Amino acid sequence: MDPIHQFEIKSLFPIAHIGATEIAFTNSALFMLIALAVILLLTLGATRSRALVPGRAQAVAEMSYEFIATTLRSIAGPEGMKFFPLVFSLFMYILVLNVFGIIPYTFTVTSHIIIAVALALLVFFTVLVYGFWKHGLHFFKLFVPSGIPIYILPLVTFIEVLSFLSRPVSHSVRLFANMLAGHITLKVFGGFVTMLGAFGLLGWLGAVLPLGLTVALTALELLVAVLQAYVFAILTCIYLNDAIHPGH
Amino acid sequence: MEPQAAKMIGAGIACIGMGGAGVGVGTIFGHYLAAALRNPSAAQGQFANLIFGFAVTEALGIFSLLIALLLLFAL
Repeated sequence: MDPIHQFEIKSLFPIAHIGATEIAFTNSALFMLIALAVILLLTLGATRSRALVPGRAQAVAEMSYEFIATTLRSIAGPEGMKFFPLVFSLFMYILVLNVFGIIPYTFTVTSHIIIAVALALLVFFTVLVYGFWKHGLHFFKLFVPSGIPIYILPLVTFIEVLSFLSRPVSHSVRLFANMLAGHITLKVFGGFVTMLGAFGLLGWLGAVLPLGLTVALTALELLVAVLQAYVFAILTCIYLNDAIHPGH
Repeated sequence: MEPQAAKMIGAGIACIGMGGAGVGVGTIFGHYLAAALRNPSAAQGQFANLIFGFAVTEALGIFSLLIALLLLFAL
């Protein structure tokens, strides 16, 4: 009844050995491939007919496109649209992985910090590289807000730099910790059901309460899964906006 | 005190931090709702800001929960 057990990475079959390190095809990799297949089916497969009046699958694909495009355009402006493929891929990838994790007996890839950190660092370095490539040293204006009295400017600049450097941490931990905490909560409440069930008939009656709560929590987790994918995409847009328009 | 007991107490104390995040998230959604009822036509345009504020605030609560989980399971 260990609630952490569900996050265990299992090797399905080994691929190669580098020294003593085994490179294996894990359940994490399997679910990433499944997510990729679902996204490809949803985006490429559903839009292949290019119907003027979209069917259900095409409507989903078009709605998710419009949703992210509107968000990106409103936050980062028209120039931000060149980053649309990045933001849309991140959103769809995290969304599908999060929602897949809710299905019982599946594995939640995004509940591992290494995945979240890799995605967050991708965004972080995109912002850094694009910012310096586009604006050169003017990119440092990001850390020096205009209209601040000169005597508190060093302090504000220090805080701005610190907050910029802590972005990948908060960006990744938010996603990973939300998924981890939600799934642990589900498992703990599921554990209450079996614990109460061991007490016989009276326990069975008592177990109805945690069982109902588990159902309600699953609904909440579905909301959190979609929300966290959206939050990740929105924060990506905001960080990219800093790279495109560094002056405050 | 036994180390295991200290860990459990520490995890409990770490969870207090989530209360602050609860206050913050409640303030954000409460104020959004109040403003949206005053001017419903402008509410839709501020939805991204609402989610951004929610995410930034919620992260702090999640951090303290993370400390509690680390104390319970990882350390």
